[in-house]
Amino acid sequence: MSATKNRPFLLTFEKPLCELESRIEQIRELARENNVDVSEQIRELEAKADQLRQEIFSSLTPAQRLQLARHPRRPSTLDYIQAMCDEWLELHGDRSGNDDPALVGGVARLGGMPVVMLGHQKGRDTKDNVLRNFGMASPGGYRKALRLMEHANRFGMPILTFIDTPGAWAGVEAEKLGQGEAIAYNLREMFSFDVPILCTVIGEGGSGGALGIGVGDRILMFEHAVYTVATPEACAAILWKDAAKAPQAAAALKITAWDLKNFGILDEILPEPSSGAHSDPIGAAQGLKASLLKNLEVLLSLTPAERREARYQKFRAIGQFHDLSA
Amino acid sequence: MSLFDWFANREKNQPVAPQGHQEREIADGLWTKCPKCSVLTYTKDLQANLQVCVDCHHHMRVGSTERIHQLIDAKTWTPLHEDICPMDPLEFRDRKAYKDRLREYQAKTHLNDAVQIGTGLLDGLPVALGVMDFSFMGGSMGSVVGEKLTRLIEYGTQEGLTVIIVCASGGARMQEGMLSLMQMAKISGALERHRQAKLLYIPILTNPTMGGVTASFAMLGDVILAEPKAVIGFAGRRVIEQTIREKLPDDFQTAEYLLNCGFVDAIVPRTQLKRTLAQLISLHQPFFPVNTSPADHHTIPSTHIIEAHTPA
Repeated sequence: MSATKNRPFLLTFEKPLCELESRIEQIRELARENNVDVSEQIRELEAKADQLRQEIFSSLTPAQRLQLARHPRRPSTLDYIQAMCDEWLELHGDRSGNDDPALVGGVARLGGMPVVMLGHQKGRDTKDNVLRNFGMASPGGYRKALRLMEHANRFGMPILTFIDTPGAWAGVEAEKLGQGEAIAYNLREMFSFDVPILCTVIGEGGSGGALGIGVGDRILMFEHAVYTVATPEACAAILWKDAAKAPQAAAALKITAWDLKNFGILDEILPEPSSGAHSDPIGAAQGLKASLLKNLEVLLSLTPAERREARYQKFRAIGQFHDLSA
Repeated sequence: MSLFDWFANREKNQPVAPQGHQEREIADGLWTKCPKCSVLTYTKDLQANLQVCVDCHHHMRVGSTERIHQLIDAKTWTPLHEDICPMDPLEFRDRKAYKDRLREYQAKTHLNDAVQIGTGLLDGLPVALGVMDFSFMGGSMGSVVGEKLTRLIEYGTQEGLTVIIVCASGGARMQEGMLSLMQMAKISGALERHRQAKLLYIPILTNPTMGGVTASFAMLGDVILAEPKAVIGFAGRRVIEQTIREKLPDDFQTAEYLLNCGFVDAIVPRTQLKRTLAQLISLHQPFFPVNTSPADHHTIPSTHIIEAHTPA
């Protein structure tokens, strides 16, 4: 029981695993105090824990995955940047009167290569989340992103974006400043850039707010991340007229990495540490870094025109319909 | 009892017409009641006035076919890709199956999906026109809307045409999930190429233009026009009211509000829309000095034109 107290933000489906792990720890401690050899039993229990972990994480429902994607301890954009980069300098401001803390960006060195990195930034705790607006970016955030991407394009630096937002900010000020226009501009301009663009969904990919920095040569996604046209809560409220139907909506909307791979939207699913990215942020960052560098190598072997064409064709092919005349 | 009281009482004692009776009168089709000012107009007169109330100038909803008639010169419309039909890639079911919903709307609207595209002449000027239809699932954007608009824009780029899109949509179609969201990117990509070719694109924002449509092609015009009082925005009004927990001003997210904020070039009454579009298109056509006839320039390569202007 004490184990559940020691680990805040424990998700319901993690509980049996957590309890088993804490029991193993208790036995180990008891054995140490009394000088008894229990290594055989411990090995057995650990094997059981591994099996349980595998069972739990391989059979997550979309709603459970959504919980993982929103986990308060899940590594954020700045966590990944700091863990992956040799150098990092955050740059601020959209040059039109705003600096949005919900969308961060800057210049960095990854595996020796200068790059521009940017992404949505959720908060670590309530206070931080208020400052970061829970990762819901304003028009100023999208314009800062555009300015940084134009910068990258001018200096020939690859663009790496990290998606982690419930959606773009829905507020009076955001509408007044042109939330729709800001996102729309990014969508169009991201098709025009010569430099490679890699987009990674690290947690929650929410609607237009996610797509606003999500047009790239390759779209990557962590295995427990989600990417959705509307939050399951909003979808349930509109289509089911009942927000409590969110778990059904989460399943119906097909929001997991595997669904997106099937639709041809996603290029690569990034495996996470066995109990999710929050259980081992450094391990998750190492996996991400390796994949980013591998993809960059491929993309850098193409000419700018080839990259732009392939990027266009990639999005051009998305959609399912019957063409009866064909 | 004064005379005024007598009048007041008489009014009160009038039998109230049953709701059904009123509706029947309108369903007749001969007369149409303005939802804004309740004035009855002879339906044919209303159609002649482009579905704008003669009395209060309220702009009523226009279906895609009628809109095409309003904008395109008679007998010049060539529809494109009419045979593209929606699928149910998610096998989506909320309170009703998406497949059944589609069938119902197709029967009701005689459309395959929420947009019609084609080419035609607008006051003699060739254009590529896309018209969304709000009556088909709220004009929502799924794979078909995305594909048809992309093909329209690509055709416009290839043929060097001005592209006009009449927007009327609640946003992305949730029943097609992420495939719907990605249509925003797909259409924006096609617009990027149209823009690179230095061609003119004019979206017309009609009531309502929301969500994923606003956050993509609606806001990417070289010139953006809106109809009076049209509701235009990214997030829905109710969503914003819920997040900020206060009532919003009445004009919030109207065309007039967007004009004030600088996101719309002009609000054009529907009765002047065709004329305004023709004017805009002709103003953006290449200009040639008076001493050379424009007809020559279509056939003569540009190098020859430079030579013609070089003093001998």
